[in-house]
This record gives sequence, structure tokens and C-alpha cells, in this order.
Amino acid sequence: MTQRLDYLKESPSQTAGPYVHIGCTPNFTGIEIYGGDLGTSMKTGPVKGEEITIKGVVYDGTGTPLRDAMIEIWQPDAAGLFASANETRGQADPNFTGWGRSPGDMNTGEFTFETVKPGAVPFPDGRMQAPHITVWIVARGINLGLHTRIYFADETEANAADPILTRIEHQNRIPTLLAEKSADGSYRFDIHLQGPKETIFFDI
Amino acid sequence: MSPIKPTGGFIPRDRNWQPDALTPPYKTSVKRSPQAALLSFPTTLSEETSPVFGHNILGELDNDLILNYAKPGESAIGPRIIVHGRVLDENGRGVPGALVEFWQANAGGRYRHKKEAYQAALDPNFGGCGRTITAEDGSYEFRTIQPGPYPWPNGMNDWRPAHIHFSVFGHGFAQRLITQMYFDGDPHIKLCPIVGVLKSQEAVDALTALLDMNRTVPMDSRAYKFDMVLRGRRQTYFENRKEGL
Repeated sequence: MTQRLDYLKESPSQTAGPYVHIGCTPNFTGIEIYGGDLGTSMKTGPVKGEEITIKGVVYDGTGTPLRDAMIEIWQPDAAGLFASANETRGQADPNFTGWGRSPGDMNTGEFTFETVKPGAVPFPDGRMQAPHITVWIVARGINLGLHTRIYFADETEANAADPILTRIEHQNRIPTLLAEKSADGSYRFDIHLQGPKETIFFDI
Repeated sequence: MSPIKPTGGFIPRDRNWQPDALTPPYKTSVKRSPQAALLSFPTTLSEETSPVFGHNILGELDNDLILNYAKPGESAIGPRIIVHGRVLDENGRGVPGALVEFWQANAGGRYRHKKEAYQAALDPNFGGCGRTITAEDGSYEFRTIQPGPYPWPNGMNDWRPAHIHFSVFGHGFAQRLITQMYFDGDPHIKLCPIVGVLKSQEAVDALTALLDMNRTVPMDSRAYKFDMVLRGRRQTYFENRKEGL
């Protein structure tokens, strides 16, 4: 018998189920507890940088909006610094958490994040990545949380040089990762779980 | 020499171990599963960082579902249990400061949610959610009532085994995980299409908590032990090569 590697296996994922909101945004479901839901606000005071709003809907393969999803986003501040214990490059904006959590609208499923335009963050090899926001989606019917990223359609130059975007085989799918400015000034980022407009999801 | 600290990127997720997106016996997955190949990339700072949740966000009863929604002097109905364990990473290290959130049905198998249609009674003293943050060694503990199994619309007669949902937030967004804890001996485990998405008995066992008599409180509460493992980071002692070289 050889030696054995003593690593542990990651806990297997199971769906968040139809009632993820009870656990993660209980106040949204009418269970008044904790003094409010975590991740509702990403700003704790005046923030640096461009303040933006991102709206979107998660659609299933039939085009039906999900109304039982939970969407989380994580991003750096306007200078590209994370409000994280693992941030070693400097001090992030103390009034910006970088983390948002949304249960979506009860009727339409639309999620809204009031945030700031993120600064650029380096790739492991030192090249700069285009400004982006990390997204994580869970819901009934999703067995393992889905990772994707929001890039910005108006960051043409940075996107064209981005180490990840430039290595995507099907370049015609890149628009699924781009938030577009809407008439009301907010950014639109819809997520399609499958179908011709299927969002690029990350194994990262 | 000090021990090597794993500060590299996260170890890739084992997709042969984790459930697939498309699992037809669990019907909702059919139209909610991506069909294109996932885009595989090493983690970057965006995934290797995460928000910090301080113990100061916690209220005194956040980890006590028996009392945290109950009227003063009253308590939730059902078998009183303590659930405890550790949050570890794949390297076997305890993960301190992890936000652990949990939610569940009441003792009759009913959730407190307006879309819930099961006829079992609501318990006016049970909300069904709680949270805690792991200690320095990654340990956590909460008190609740044992949830009941319940029927759900999938096949004509599908029942979920009794379970508690967990959401875990470690030190990197790449570690983000939601899963469920089952109770050893529940005959519904073998029948459930959601448990059925797991690819091996070993994976089912990893989510099945054992009765832990050592942690019971005599004449008060039984206890179940449930450890959870998040992705670990690679060791970096010899890692000085830039990607692509």
C-alpha cells in the first residue's frame, strides 16, 4: 500500500433550494431578525469613485425569470483595492464593503446593486485585468453555485487587453459578460442560465 | 523554518466530485443548467479575497433557533438538538472567521415562507434561520430543533430527507459554498433526487451528520456533528514562475 495524500475533499454542494432567502435574506421574506439583511448596502458612507447602479434578471432556459435566486457580487473599490483581510496592496475605501447580496425583486426577479465602478486588479502574472465584478448565483435547480463576471461594455480598451477575455475561444459570447449602459443611466447585466444567449460561467 | 503557508491560488474545484449542473431526476435543474463548457481559469485576486464578517455583527441569539424567533418565555417545538463541527479547508486547516448561515423547516417539515404550500402547521415560535462565525480553530455551534421531512413537487411522491441548509463564506470568494446537512439513519436519503445528484456514496456520507453523544446536554439536547470543507489554497514555497513562462 502506498502512502496516502491526506487532503480533504471539498464538501459536496447541494442546491440552495427554493427558500435560500429564509437563510440569507430573512428580512426580505418577512422574518424580522438580525437588524437587517447582510449585503443590502455596499456603502457605509461617502465613497470614492464613480457611483453606479447595476440591474439585471436571471433567466432560465425557457426565458423565464428566476424569482428564487440569490445573487452575490464581490469587487474592489474604485482604486482596485479589496476590503478584505487578504488585501496586501493597500487600504481600500473604508466606506465601501465591495460585497453585495440580492434576493431579486419578489415579483420580477430583478436584482439591483448600488455600487461603484471597480478599479483594475492584476492577473497573477502582473498584467492588469479589465475592471470587473465577480458574481455568484445560487437558486433552486442549481446544484453548484455559478461563478461569472461583470465586465463593462464601455471599457473597450481594457477589455481588449484583458488576460481572460482575450483567451475566450468563442469571442462571440463575450457580450454575455458585458454590462451595458441603459437609458436611465444604470448598467444592465442579465444572466441567461442556458439557451442561445447563455452567459459564460467560470470554473475558477 | 516556519511552516509553508498556503497563499497561492485556490486548488481547482474537483468537478468529478461536485454534482453536475444537469441532473434530470431533479427536474428544476433541466432548464437551469448551463450547457456550454465552463471557462476554466486560475483564481485571481478577485476570487482570492472576500469580505470580512466580524463577530460584532452577531446578536446573542443568532445561533439559537429555539429562541431567536420565539416570544419571551416560549420556545420552538420539536426535538432539541445542537449542531456543531468545524469549517476546514482542503489542507485540513481550520477556517476561522467564516460566516456560517443556516436555514431549515420546522419540526413538522414546514418552512416559514409565503410560497410554502405544505399543510403541516407553522410553529409561531420558529423562524427557521440562524447564523454564526467560526472560532479561531474553525469550530462553530448552534442550537435548533430537528427539522421534519417534507413532500416537494418533483416526482409524484418525492420527499426530502430531514435537512439543514448551510451557506459558508470563507476567506476567498472562490470558496463560496452552499450545501445541506442530512441526519444519519434517515431512510429518505437514499430516495431523494436532490441527494441523488451526488456522484458517490462517499459524497453522500460527507453530508450526513452523526449523532454525537459526547456533545449532548443531558436531559436537554442531543447533538449532531457536521464538518464542512472549503477549497484550500496551494502552497507557494517554490512558486515563483510567472504564468505562461
